[in-house]
Amino acid sequence: MGKDEKKIVFKTVHDLPPMAMSLGTMWVNKTASWRNLKPIIDYEKCIDCMICWKYCPEPAIFLRDPDERVAVDYDYCKGCLICVEECPVDAIYTEEEGK
Amino acid sequence: MKRMAIVGNHALSYGALLSRVQVIAAYPITPQTQVVELLSEMCADGTLKAEFVKVESEHSAMAAVMGASASGARAFTATSSQGLALMHEVLHWVTGARLPVVMGNINRAFGPPWSIWTEQTDSLSQRDTGWMQIYAQDNQEVLDSVILAYKVSEQLLLPTMVVLDAFFLSHTSEPVEIPDQEKVDEFLPPYENKYILNPDAPHAFGGLTNPEWYMELRYKIHKAHEEALDLIEKEGREFEKMFGRYYGLVDPYKVDDAETVLVAVSTAASTARHAVDLLREKGKKVGLLRIRVFRPFPYAKIKEILSNARKVIVLDRNLSPGAGGIIASEVRGALANLRNHPPVLSYIMGLGGRDITTKHIMELFEEAEKMEEGKDIIWKGVKL
Ligand code: SF4
Ligand code: SF4
Repeated sequence: MGKDEKKIVFKTVHDLPPMAMSLGTMWVNKTASWRNLKPIIDYEKCIDCMICWKYCPEPAIFLRDPDERVAVDYDYCKGCLICVEECPVDAIYTEEEGK
Repeated sequence: MKRMAIVGNHALSYGALLSRVQVIAAYPITPQTQVVELLSEMCADGTLKAEFVKVESEHSAMAAVMGASASGARAFTATSSQGLALMHEVLHWVTGARLPVVMGNINRAFGPPWSIWTEQTDSLSQRDTGWMQIYAQDNQEVLDSVILAYKVSEQLLLPTMVVLDAFFLSHTSEPVEIPDQEKVDEFLPPYENKYILNPDAPHAFGGLTNPEWYMELRYKIHKAHEEALDLIEKEGREFEKMFGRYYGLVDPYKVDDAETVLVAVSTAASTARHAVDLLREKGKKVGLLRIRVFRPFPYAKIKEILSNARKVIVLDRNLSPGAGGIIASEVRGALANLRNHPPVLSYIMGLGGRDITTKHIMELFEEAEKMEEGKDIIWKGVKL
């Protein structure tokens, strides 16, 4: 299921699990609006080590179709730039948002 | 079954041992230290097959037992006073995540000024965290309450705090029956929870929840507390069948024909029981209502018992500065919707571990005889 199709499917309180467990709210709430710097992957330099995928705290790095290379999900990337810091070959550069 | 003389702190440890807890994380603080000292010895010598996690603070201790419980382990911790205050944020987390953690809290007054003696303000200020709270009056009740707490908590997915007075219980030896392990196993089955962290069925827990659904989840927590009112008594009766001791929501004493009823918790209530006996010998119609379970608050029981009284005295060994006695304010709240409710006299006494003696409590009843109306706050024993 793609993220745009995810919705909370409950009707009443009785359908809910006791705690907020997989309510689908993570998909609904796009949390990237406060990003200042946008990480951009330079595929020429990227060696597909997946370290950025492992370190992203969101996690906003996924394997894209069809070549299964890392890509940033800009709906959820908060711009913490941990990926930039951790990339061993400096394959991720940044651009200011709104430019 | 064997009978041993043990301190209240060790009654908590034995309760955890017999409940076969699987993870313990705790940080030492007077007067709680003995609880975890004994548990760490039990883990070290193999008596208790549990993971003992050393942590650098109470906040981490609560976080560690929360994680353990979320992964399906029966988890235990204990603390006191400032340590409990430091856990505050995670106490809310544990309830919101609906994890049946059980902890011991030894009542100790807050600093500054530094104090190690008893007072209920520490646990009562965690009133709104959604933890069930049980106030024990003797060491046997401490041990039994741990086992009962797991039994109730795990059915409702709510955490429980078993609360006892510093020194009056924590460091005082009393004869305690240690139930047989087989019988406890029969009473308390292993912890099962289908809402746990499981790599084979991954889920997101506690994610950002819109105003559209947050309220429903809080409603569910409150409903579980309402269910607990019945379940605590039901399990109390089951426990009595197996072990011969009953524990309910409240513990009324000679209230049936009592004109004046005193409301108290913890060891002050056992002292009050003695005072009631002495006054009854003099022909005074007095009684005692010990509140054992403070959350969920037993409104119905309290209303039922106190509506027959002509006067109610509430003894608070705690203080909400700017408001007064915390239990008194709850009791007044419970009575407010009764058409003709008795006046409530709210006494603050025994703060910071100051003694509350039989003589003091007899004085409360004598003073109440002379007062026709309720009083919002009366300071007993302050050097004015
Ligand atoms: S900037 Fe932070 S959030 Fe965005 S992709 Fe990199 S690590 Fe993830
Ligand atoms: S860390 Fe750098 S090199 Fe490794 S996959 Fe990510 S972008 Fe590519």
